[in-house]
Amino acid sequence: MNGQESFSIIGNRKQKSAVEKAAQGIFTLCAFIAILAVASITAYMIMNGTPALFKVGVKEILFGTLWKPTAAGPSFGILYVILTSIIGTTLAVILGVPIGLFTAIFLAETAPKRLAAVVKPAVELLAGIPSVIYGLLGIMVLNPIMYKLELAVFKNSETHQFTGGANLLSAVLVLAIMILPTVINISESALRSVPPQLKSASLALGASHIQTIFRVILPAAKSGIVTAIVLGVGRAIGEAMAITLVSGSSVNIPLPFNSVRFLTTAIVSEMGYAAGVHRQVLFTIGLVLFVFIMIINVTLNKILKKGDVEQ
Amino acid sequence: MSSIKSSKIRLSDLILKILINIAAAFSVVLLIGILAYVFLKGIGSVNLTFLTTVTSTLKGTVGIAGNIVNTLYIIVITLLIATPLGVGSAIYLNEYAKPGKLVRAIEFTTETLSGIPSIIFGLFGMMFFGTGLGLGYSILTGALTLTLMVLPLITRNTQEALKTVPDSYRSGALGMGATKWYMIRTILLPSAMPGIVTGIILAIGRIVGESAALLFTAGSGYLLPKGGMGILKKILESGGTLTIQLYLSMAKAEYSTAFGIAVILLLIVLFINWITKVLAKKLDVNNME
Repeated sequence: MNGQESFSIIGNRKQKSAVEKAAQGIFTLCAFIAILAVASITAYMIMNGTPALFKVGVKEILFGTLWKPTAAGPSFGILYVILTSIIGTTLAVILGVPIGLFTAIFLAETAPKRLAAVVKPAVELLAGIPSVIYGLLGIMVLNPIMYKLELAVFKNSETHQFTGGANLLSAVLVLAIMILPTVINISESALRSVPPQLKSASLALGASHIQTIFRVILPAAKSGIVTAIVLGVGRAIGEAMAITLVSGSSVNIPLPFNSVRFLTTAIVSEMGYAAGVHRQVLFTIGLVLFVFIMIINVTLNKILKKGDVEQ
Repeated sequence: MSSIKSSKIRLSDLILKILINIAAAFSVVLLIGILAYVFLKGIGSVNLTFLTTVTSTLKGTVGIAGNIVNTLYIIVITLLIATPLGVGSAIYLNEYAKPGKLVRAIEFTTETLSGIPSIIFGLFGMMFFGTGLGLGYSILTGALTLTLMVLPLITRNTQEALKTVPDSYRSGALGMGATKWYMIRTILLPSAMPGIVTGIILAIGRIVGESAALLFTAGSGYLLPKGGMGILKKILESGGTLTIQLYLSMAKAEYSTAFGIAVILLLIVLFINWITKVLAKKLDVNNME
């Protein structure tokens, strides 16, 4: 024990109880920051997101399809933006989840130790790469490929507006890649937490390893895998910087080869110069995104609780 | 009927096995591809001038020194605020709180915080710290915004570390007459240190890679702080981090700068990844004792 404190670890009684109380008070305050933060974020999003809804009209904003915020007679319909986020996220999950789940099966079940030792760190590194770098690669690698594809598909079309490859499809591919690490990590731990007796029983009955994985282990890990998918949805719908430039720069119906705006990218690309009602509508877009995220969070909480009860 | 020992392989098994291997190979190939592409494209832009000067049309230099300094500012200020709060919160949850509604509310909100997308943090930071508190586009606004973002990371890692400290340590210290605070300060925190440090390093990784939450809070200033009081004043001035500069260069189609910054960012990511591995190993060794 070091000099200054060696006289007594108990200390004088009065001082002791004051210090004890202060410590407990400070720690309690720290813990309240999280509650405070979520409460004020919710309050601020509602406070700033709703004025435009009253001014322009709920129907005009949420179900309007024309986005001309800076025109003389401005129009603030964000339906296509909302649809883009929903469809883009859905497609990204459809692409990303099978790859992620199969990789998780590889890591948890079939991989020889040496190969797992290569794949696992690779996945961890992919998770650490900043989203702007995914965006940069999207522009430099994916967009030119998409442009070639676009030229081939719409060779004889007279109505198609060419996007140079910055379209929904490029954004979906970037998102699918970006949700991989989340899906892989969560489903891997779900697969690993399946009781080994189930596996042994299935193998003992003569099922092959692959049959056991798909018929026994996957169903047993269901709630963990659903968690992985929901987290993947959350990650995809909230991603902004990676797809801002990759997805193009105008609001359109979310078709694969259209230049589109997501909820997130609309905010990123227009907040810098927006003013007045335009700015307020961008906050409304933020509120819509926030509502989606809260729905995802509550769903997640429900799944996790249910999982607890089952166990 | 064939024997259960026969090694005949079912066709569906074979196909699935191949798909599993392809999926696993995909991540590795993707990572190698990304690293190779970025390094090949960007390594040429990285030199001493690039790292030590500020972009200036007058002098004809392209440099990211200002952005490097801004990134460091934001890391340090964010951690100075977030670490005590996060560790304190974890201590409360693990050592003081009794299970109940309050703890569930705190844990739910901590989970929620980690699920909120960074662009929402950006909007909130801009409105609350920037406009509400009048801090404008500044490094402090950015750091306060990021504090909320990395808080769950530090809380969770500290909590995990505290859980691994054996109860006998606690009862030992308390049984010898130590007060609870004394026990926390001299027994718990030192034992939980590797976990806390891991949380801090993960937070650094998050801060370095963050962009959406900073664009409308810390802004895009790229100048170096002026000496003397300027070093302190910088905190209230706008400052774009490396990722923000990468985004802006990319939007202006200045790809050589963008790839140069990407190389630096990837090197930082690789380093952080390595150091967390080292720490995790250390934590494991501690647990085995």
